[in-house]
Amino acid sequence: MSNNLRVKSSNYIDETTIVSFKFNGKNYHGYKGDTLASALLANNVHLVGRSFKYHRPRGIMTSGSEEPNAIVQVGNNAAITEPNVRATEVEIYDGLEATSQNCWPSVNFDIGGINNLLSPFLPAGFYYKTFMWPASFWKKYEYFIRHSAGLGKSPTKPDTDIYDHKYIHCDVLVIGAGISGIMAAKIAAKNNLKTLLLEEKTQIGGSTIYQNSEKFKIDNKNSSEWLINEINEIKKLDNLQIKTRTSVAAYHGYNYLLARENLTDHLSPSEKKGKIRQRLLKIRAKKVIVATGSLERPLIFNNNDRPGIMLSSAVKKYADHYGVICGKNNIFFTNNDSAYESAISLHKKGIKVQAIIDIRENSKSSLVEEATNLGIKIYWSHTVVDTVGYKKINKISLKKLSNDGQSTTGSKINISCDCLGVSGGWTPAVHLFTQSGGKLKFRDKDQVFIPNKYPSKQISIGSCNGDFSLNDIIKNCLNSLKKFLEIENIEYENLDIINPIETEKRNIWLLPSDKVIGKTKPFVDYQNDATAKDIKLALREGFRSIEHVKRYTTTGMGTDQGKLGNMHALGIVADTTGVKMSELGTTTFRPPYTPLTFGTIVGRNVGEYFDIFRKTPMNNWHLNNKAEFENVGQWKRAWYYPVNNETIYEAVQRESLAARESAGILDASTLGKIDIQGSDASEFLNRVYTNAWSKLGIGKCRYGLMLNEDGMVYDDGVTTRLSENHYIMTTTTGGAANVLGKLEDYLQTEWPELDVYLTSVTDHFATASICGPNSKKILNKLIPELDLSDENFPHMSFKEARIGKIKCRVMRISFTGEHSYEINVQANYGESLWEHCMEAGKEFNITPYGTETMHLLRAEKGFIIVGQDTDGTMTPIDLQMDWIVSKKKYDFIGKRSLYRSDTIREDRKQLVGLLTENPKEILEEGAQIVSDLSKKPFEMLGHVTSSYFSPNLKKSIALAVVRGGKKMMGKKLFIPMEGRTINVTIVDPIFLDKENKRLNA
Amino acid sequence: MSNKYSIFSLIKNAFSYHENWQKAWKDAHPKKEYDVVIVGGGGHGLATAYYLAKKHDIKNIAVVEKGWIGGGNTGRNTTIIRSNYLWDASAGLYDHALKIWEGLSQELNYNVMFSQRGVMNLAHNLQDVRDLKRRTHANRLNGIDAYYLSTEEVKKFCPIINTSPNIRYPVLGGTLQKRAGTARHDAVAWGYARGADEMGVDIIQNCEVKGIKRNGDKVEGLETTKGFIATKKVGVVAAGHSSVIANMAGLKLPLESKPLQALVSEPVKPIIDTVVMSNAVHAYVSQSDKGELVIGAGTDDYVSYSQKGSHQIVEGTLNAILELYPIFSRMRMLRQWGGIVDICPDASPIISKTSIKGLYFNCGWGTGGFKATPGSGDLFAHTVANDEPHKLNAAFNLNRFVSGDLVDEHGAAAVAH
Amino acid sequence: MFIINCPFCGERDQSEFKAGGEAHIERPKQPTELSDDEWAEYLFMRKNIKGVQFERWNHAHGCRKWFNMVRDTSNDEIKLIYKMGENPPIE
Repeated sequence: MSNNLRVKSSNYIDETTIVSFKFNGKNYHGYKGDTLASALLANNVHLVGRSFKYHRPRGIMTSGSEEPNAIVQVGNNAAITEPNVRATEVEIYDGLEATSQNCWPSVNFDIGGINNLLSPFLPAGFYYKTFMWPASFWKKYEYFIRHSAGLGKSPTKPDTDIYDHKYIHCDVLVIGAGISGIMAAKIAAKNNLKTLLLEEKTQIGGSTIYQNSEKFKIDNKNSSEWLINEINEIKKLDNLQIKTRTSVAAYHGYNYLLARENLTDHLSPSEKKGKIRQRLLKIRAKKVIVATGSLERPLIFNNNDRPGIMLSSAVKKYADHYGVICGKNNIFFTNNDSAYESAISLHKKGIKVQAIIDIRENSKSSLVEEATNLGIKIYWSHTVVDTVGYKKINKISLKKLSNDGQSTTGSKINISCDCLGVSGGWTPAVHLFTQSGGKLKFRDKDQVFIPNKYPSKQISIGSCNGDFSLNDIIKNCLNSLKKFLEIENIEYENLDIINPIETEKRNIWLLPSDKVIGKTKPFVDYQNDATAKDIKLALREGFRSIEHVKRYTTTGMGTDQGKLGNMHALGIVADTTGVKMSELGTTTFRPPYTPLTFGTIVGRNVGEYFDIFRKTPMNNWHLNNKAEFENVGQWKRAWYYPVNNETIYEAVQRESLAARESAGILDASTLGKIDIQGSDASEFLNRVYTNAWSKLGIGKCRYGLMLNEDGMVYDDGVTTRLSENHYIMTTTTGGAANVLGKLEDYLQTEWPELDVYLTSVTDHFATASICGPNSKKILNKLIPELDLSDENFPHMSFKEARIGKIKCRVMRISFTGEHSYEINVQANYGESLWEHCMEAGKEFNITPYGTETMHLLRAEKGFIIVGQDTDGTMTPIDLQMDWIVSKKKYDFIGKRSLYRSDTIREDRKQLVGLLTENPKEILEEGAQIVSDLSKKPFEMLGHVTSSYFSPNLKKSIALAVVRGGKKMMGKKLFIPMEGRTINVTIVDPIFLDKENKRLNA
Repeated sequence: MSNKYSIFSLIKNAFSYHENWQKAWKDAHPKKEYDVVIVGGGGHGLATAYYLAKKHDIKNIAVVEKGWIGGGNTGRNTTIIRSNYLWDASAGLYDHALKIWEGLSQELNYNVMFSQRGVMNLAHNLQDVRDLKRRTHANRLNGIDAYYLSTEEVKKFCPIINTSPNIRYPVLGGTLQKRAGTARHDAVAWGYARGADEMGVDIIQNCEVKGIKRNGDKVEGLETTKGFIATKKVGVVAAGHSSVIANMAGLKLPLESKPLQALVSEPVKPIIDTVVMSNAVHAYVSQSDKGELVIGAGTDDYVSYSQKGSHQIVEGTLNAILELYPIFSRMRMLRQWGGIVDICPDASPIISKTSIKGLYFNCGWGTGGFKATPGSGDLFAHTVANDEPHKLNAAFNLNRFVSGDLVDEHGAAAVAH
Repeated sequence: MFIINCPFCGERDQSEFKAGGEAHIERPKQPTELSDDEWAEYLFMRKNIKGVQFERWNHAHGCRKWFNMVRDTSNDEIKLIYKMGENPPIE
């Protein structure tokens, strides 16, 4: 590295530890403590990237998260490469590899640079005005637009890092650990408040810790010395947790904040292995103290974007904090005293400061005097009108400003330089405050927006509150804290503070050039290449609202979200339109404050943790027996059990036959189960189901259909009366939670007079359903003492019994049309129950079947599946289930809706059966049905809801909903598929055993 | 057109440093009286004014907007345009819009960047497969381009989707509408504003409606922050604020206004060249011409006009994004924002007359109104001009909530065995 | 993300709750007596107020209890929470 670009004496760089890294394929060295930006500058690398639209060469502009230009691709591994990383935020480590973005073939020679030459034809919004002819060519134009846009490259392989979440609750959250944040944290923590202090940078202390000017004193000590002492003290406080490299991303209502804690990005690949990369802190704070500081403003002048043009505070920080010289021949350009601090600091290090160009007419402040005394040439009332140097600035031209600041006069002065530090004053970082809903006010004196009305328990202190001098910061901060934290005595009460006082101000949002504005390039948004003339063009074209201007010119929409230039954009709009800044308002600051990694937001909820797996107690058995599974809600349900490489079709045919011919067994544990108790339980069921429940005998089961209040079928299932005031309801698997929620809603809000208690017991029971002609024999083997005669245990009834010592509830109910039993045991006996059933059924070839076979078997019987044969638009009448709708009951949920003009229509879509002309043809579920093939567009009468090949009937069967279908029995209809038509006939939806002989066998 | 946009006008203006461009639309002040006043200067409202002037020969029209045009949901949505809806009425409505989209840039002489990059909808469970097949068949028979894709075809069309069978909710298939895509949302509002302005429509910004003046059951005018505006016809296209306007006229609507959030990533070079939607795991993603991933999140379940939603919704959405696109883990969220969407019980819009003569509502678009903008404007203009609906919006009347003849686009109620 | 003071459990994060829409819309006691219009009014029509709204919430991932909330929907500020069955405040 070029040692002559390093100055000794930084406390924050470890010069004994050399770090090697690669930039654009070339090896470089830096020191531990360097950022990529400081290390590149130390190596005299200024050209870092190319801009978005014109591909202009760009360098490092800032030293922080507001950086618009120096954004790079970090890492070249397809899984962990990261686009658009700010070089000013990357802490270097051994093995770091970074490359420039948005340039080809290289940042030094970029073909896209031609756009700069075309820039006269590419003003704001040019794309709205062209690329329209010929119309079909937009696709081609767009291809080129897309490929020339974008910045870095997305990774192309899954991330190998892990991310985490953490919830934090605290009394006081302090955001930003500059001098005001540190004082606030100390006061809060010392007053028994659980305090959290967050700082986005590596160290706490802000810019004060490297303030080496004797002119800033606290209690007779240099401000940096005083603060370092405070820092050492707060580190000892028990009540205070300090997190660095932690950036607050979002400030939501009710003091809910999100912060990103960066844990490993600064470590070398070997050090970060196995560690959590970033952690999202989800913070609830009783009180929030915002101490986010302020951002230095650039100045807007012609060609203000060249590499080597930097914020004056950044030039100072690189020298004082990182020990890096940004230029050997520096000029500062300013409208305030801050640049003088930078110039003096550089000068004292022996770095050449040729001149300060100040747009103010004069100033007698002590900093100005000191600079004058040091012999630095000051050009008062001058402005830079142009800069020269393609890949790095090498010369500037300046001229005298007219009195009104709108034009220049006199002759042009040219000065060569290799670094231009600019300062346009300071902008309070009010982003988080406004995100939280806070309202701003404009302060004319120094042209800043500052917090006005706080929406929650929070305050802003320090320079983010518009206090810029050390004295104001400390005094105002203490006063606010006293009130906000309700503290009587504050230890800092009588601090003696000395700081230079700025006496003069002058602000010109757009500095004039000696050329007409049309020939200049005064950049407002560096990254998006939006210039002041773009803003003026937008205004000329009638875009008046600041939001319109922003969107039309894309100002403030880059990855830096306009942290540097937004104020200038507002200022230029205000000046051009003659509207006051205070009336103009700001654009909305949208979260996050700095871009937030998706992985961090997601944390551990990836891969197998994306969503929970609900598994039945028999899941292991299904796994061991090679079941295929389907997702039903969050449940994993056994779908079918292929044997000897069977296809799904073959397996289902086999399973279905076995269930009808001998015995099958289904894991029905996932069905929702709601325990209903209370003296009004029967009345409750009367109100929620369409049918009547009062007369259901104890020990009997009944099928129920539940509607929405709009009359449409919502859920179904069998409910059993266990005792006088005790029922157990089953629901669909997917509907269980919603049904419980709905029932609770009615119970608590509409019918609080009912004595009913609901408890979800879905997970408490494991359920095996045995069906088929031999099910009775199997159950007899399982529970020999249970009398299975039809007299004692008829269809739709329930018995309590024991399998060995295990208590179980047995229901004789059927969803297949076969004689069948549903056995419920406490969930943890589920696998054992299943194995017992398999053992008992062995001699009858008991065959486990999955959901697919279950669907087939019930379709043969014409039983509906809510959600498959219904879609929220079917009434019970539509389903030909008139029998279940009580005519006697005065009311039930959804009853009134069944009598509206549309629901009483007789030509609604109705559930029917379909048979194909060719019995081997299986219809596609979802296929649409028509009656007239000649009519175009087709008039669709309905669609196929369920379709199978029935091995028992040896033909294909289907259920469908068809307009007016009830009256169309025997009618021939058509299903137009792609390229062919299938002929079908409407039949009764019950295909098998209409007389229920099997059920009662 | 006095100020026609083209590559030639762009070059010509470059030589005068773009100093001579005219206003895209004038900032108008309200006249005393209009034949029609459109309340709401979003895409739908501006399109309504445009078609009223263009097709119905009504020239004395104002659009009043309480903020700035296109500042509501037009400027806040994820710009997806498609017409592959299930029911005939919806398919008719949305495909009418899609057909207008296909020539809109040329019609408006304003490049709205309608990009027919295709929209895929993914299936993640067996009921999804049934529903998507059902929809594809219906679309095909309605003359709408729609294909059902196998998992392999999904992967081929969009290679970055994780189609592994081992993920929590594997991709079982999908549908593709190739004519579908995205457009530049702001340009739609600006293009219609420019076109309407050219035909003499007054576009009045920062003008909030404060009351509706009635004479019996007839509209007489609007009280606004810029004074009283007399008119016999008011077309309300106020999206999330529809109920607020309705309440001024003593009407209640079947709407709830809820927060809907969206976000974009930082821009990157092209990585996804289509629009992919997944209802089951709730993730919508496309990539803008600028390079940002544009991601739609879901709605919160409470009424709010704050334009803010809860973080859990954003987190849930990104969970789903990383489930389907694990390569995006290191991408970064650049901006997130919220809009207010007016949701109907059947997830279909209302384009309808009301019980008050001269008062019309176009609302209830919920989360999907952007795609309908041109069609909605055209049909609403027809309804307002003729005092009766066009056959394409006849089904989207207010009376359907009384009769029960809903256009239920929720599809299956997501309940299964 | 609000903090909601459940009347039964105390202050909890919004993510534990479900919103249940406008409050004090009583289910008609005699639905069959209502006209289609009146029934539609109950079923679908909502005030959807921008400003102070009375609404129902449920502590779905907690005690499962329903309660009422008074909330300003323009800025999401919760003004008051009271139990089901309690009378709404007059203002």
